[in-house]
Amino acid sequence: MSGSVDLVTNAVGRRVPTVVNGREQVGFEGIGRYEPRGAKAAPPIRSCRDYPESGDKRVPDLKTALHKCGLRDGMTISTHHHLRNGDAVALMALNAAAELGAKDLMWFPSASFPCHEPVMGLMDRGIVHHIEGSMNGPLGRYCSEGKMRGMGVLRSHGGRWQAIQDGEVHIDIAVIAAPTADPFGNADGSHGPSACGSLGFALADSVYADHVIVVTDNLVPFPCIPWQVQGNNVDFVVEVDSIGDPAKIVSGTTEITRSPDRLLIAEHVARFLKEAGIMRDGFSFQAGAGGIALAFVGFLKELMKETGVKARFVRGGSTTYLVDLLKEGLTDYILDGQTFDLTAVQSIASDARHVATSPFTSYNYHGKGNFASLVDAVVLGATEVDVNFNANVNTHSDGVLLHGIGGWQNCLFSGCTILAVPSFRDRIPVLLDDVTTMTGPGELIDVVATERGIAINPRRTDLLDAVKNSDLPIRPIEEIKDEVEKLMGGPPAKARLTEEPVAVIKWVDGTVLDTVWRIGGS
Amino acid sequence: MVSEAERATGRGEAGPVGGDVRSDLHAAVELTKSGGVQLEIQSKVGAMYGDSIRQSAESVLAAVGVKNARVEITDQGGLPFTIAARIEAAAKRAGAKGKGDARPERTVPPRQGPTARDRLRRSRLYLPGNQPKLMINAGIHHPDGVILDLEDSVHPDEKDAARLMVRNALRCVDFMGAERMVRINQLPLGFEDLKAVVPEGPDLILIPKVESAEQVVEVDERIRGVRARDGDGHAIWLMPILESALGIENAFAIASAAETVVALTLGLEDYTADLGVRKTQEGDESLFARLRTVNAARAAGVQAIDSVYGDVGNVRGLEEWARRSRALGFEGMGCIHPRQIEPIHRAFAPSPEEIEKALQIEAAFQEAQAKGLGVVRLGTKMIDPPVVLRAQRLVKNARRMGLITDSTS
Repeated sequence: MSGSVDLVTNAVGRRVPTVVNGREQVGFEGIGRYEPRGAKAAPPIRSCRDYPESGDKRVPDLKTALHKCGLRDGMTISTHHHLRNGDAVALMALNAAAELGAKDLMWFPSASFPCHEPVMGLMDRGIVHHIEGSMNGPLGRYCSEGKMRGMGVLRSHGGRWQAIQDGEVHIDIAVIAAPTADPFGNADGSHGPSACGSLGFALADSVYADHVIVVTDNLVPFPCIPWQVQGNNVDFVVEVDSIGDPAKIVSGTTEITRSPDRLLIAEHVARFLKEAGIMRDGFSFQAGAGGIALAFVGFLKELMKETGVKARFVRGGSTTYLVDLLKEGLTDYILDGQTFDLTAVQSIASDARHVATSPFTSYNYHGKGNFASLVDAVVLGATEVDVNFNANVNTHSDGVLLHGIGGWQNCLFSGCTILAVPSFRDRIPVLLDDVTTMTGPGELIDVVATERGIAINPRRTDLLDAVKNSDLPIRPIEEIKDEVEKLMGGPPAKARLTEEPVAVIKWVDGTVLDTVWRIGGS
Repeated sequence: MVSEAERATGRGEAGPVGGDVRSDLHAAVELTKSGGVQLEIQSKVGAMYGDSIRQSAESVLAAVGVKNARVEITDQGGLPFTIAARIEAAAKRAGAKGKGDARPERTVPPRQGPTARDRLRRSRLYLPGNQPKLMINAGIHHPDGVILDLEDSVHPDEKDAARLMVRNALRCVDFMGAERMVRINQLPLGFEDLKAVVPEGPDLILIPKVESAEQVVEVDERIRGVRARDGDGHAIWLMPILESALGIENAFAIASAAETVVALTLGLEDYTADLGVRKTQEGDESLFARLRTVNAARAAGVQAIDSVYGDVGNVRGLEEWARRSRALGFEGMGCIHPRQIEPIHRAFAPSPEEIEKALQIEAAFQEAQAKGLGVVRLGTKMIDPPVVLRAQRLVKNARRMGLITDSTS
């Protein structure tokens, strides 16, 4: 990073850069305020004439495919995280590009995982210029230390779709890992040795990218049934021995937390949904695959059975625990964004009521509505929450970038957004006066459930009224914060950061919500 | 090169090391002859609390009279009371002999009086005395009591460190209304424990492996002795634990050995070992000991409290055990995991039918009293005085458990 950057103060008082990686930016204007005009981006017109009539789009390897796609310096290459920490395709693609001599690429993953750490080496060598996508662990630290030449851009799953669709990010070449595909390019994730469930994260890329390459280790004769990626959008198909490590693609089992404090939080959340009247016949909810969220599903299931209540649909991150709800008739459908464990992968492959969705249907803010606002309640995590209910999921309290946004921002539009968080972790307070980084404005966060009590956003007088006669530990957020601060031995010192932006946090509408600053010396 | 004066004259370490350590720290103190205090702090919360850790360390070292030392702290997010305890333990192990007071400033107010003799003691949660991370949030699970344990859950080499940790926890951890109990070691080591913890005003002391009334009397006298010097003046209750055949034989004498005994309990691991039998899920082998304990406790006018249920994952088994336990006359039992608390409270609660019946009996009794009648009647039935007494006790307990609200009474 070099040169000075112009900053503006946005509607939530955060200083954000006006230009990011050469593109002009709009600062966050408030929820629902920003109204972009114009038409969506579109890929170039293609003609059947240029593709084999046999439908066989196979080429021998990724290098050939990239070469035929016209790979050049400075291009944007996208990959996706449906293979999670078992993904081998992103590195395969970037390494093939390196072998072809490409430089200054922008890597545009839907999320990165620890298995992608070698991309740091590609950045050191100048092959990758910068990353726009989640950066976790060592990649996050790399960015925080200012080692990346471009600025990191963090978007939600819905925001990534929006950026592609609105033309903010133009994908030159999309490389899609496919657990099953046919020579025409139809592809699916529910079958094959590397089965992972839904391929939803790759769909925008398949439609909007200039070129699309499908990489599979389970080629079947046409037609690949079912297909989630349509071969009509695909340029080339590459067959490889393995697209990833199945043991890391899906976990055999997903583990419920054993921590008594976290179980208590999960129990608080489940009881809150019941007492607030949200858990009623035909309701819907979303919970992820974190330890607290899984435990919450267990507690809620007991309450649903006790009171004879059924859900219309539940949203995943799907796991064994959601599949059990489906099998036991406690929900009509699972609308699945991401498929986490073996049971869930088998379920999506075999049960018509377990349906794959995409960031377009679920989360895209620049669409004619999306599913997120149709969900009655969502249970999320956070690394920090402040007394105004603003929350941070991206940086740790020392300011280091450590997590992506995922679908977190998009989910805030549900009927009742609940952050299920411990009030502190060891000696790191989670409840604070001010969040280090703002990932979500408090306006959209309704409930913060901790082991020391449940805080309801004062804006939600309806929720406050609904639970006022329950025996739930409802407490003002300031009171819980003060208690934790006392326990920690006082408020924490502020993170020592420089004035140099290393990444931005985008809001779901493409405006800039906050900045991640380069960390200072220790 | 280290000069003669800077060479270590004593070295001590305290606290755990390793990747899975949380909310704790390791401190190494090397006393030197000159050079002042050299602090080296590595902490995962250094960015937020580095200065605070330094201050804690300096004030403890000054209090124990350390003026020259090399100190290395490897911190995994220990809270101030933990930091103080680890550094004090390391310094004392290094040979620091200062007479100063290294106790951290109180962050919970001292108790205002003793707990009620016959308060609810349905659940008492065991907290290993040398594991501060388990203490910090113990109160939020609302056990009737917490036991800060210095005995079996603490390695023999760590008794000194645990004593400091428990002492600091009594000053700094809010157990949110739970009765604060300490299990001391077997005598005579337990006397050392009393010196450390009694000045902090715990509510109750559990005495392990009691076999005679004299042991209880001795503990009671030691407590009075320490309290007279620097205690808060309020009574500290005793709960002897019977863990041997001999202890069971002497149950009544033990339960009535001192005015301060409020409850009698038993430990079945040691008891079954003493009998030379296997401890089973059903517990037939300990039936006599349990019944003997209940009878002796009632005879002495104190509460009978059951042992623990060891299978944390088996909630149904726990509830069955607790229900049988209540049926035998116990008023509570131990917990080895916070998730056991709620099932135990449920099992020790009277049923709505029992409460309803007891309220009717109480009302009939009051009516009879008001009319000056010697005989209490409920419908066509005559109610005997002991039945009235039992009903009154049940109603009192149900009220304390929050099971009777004004509208139902």
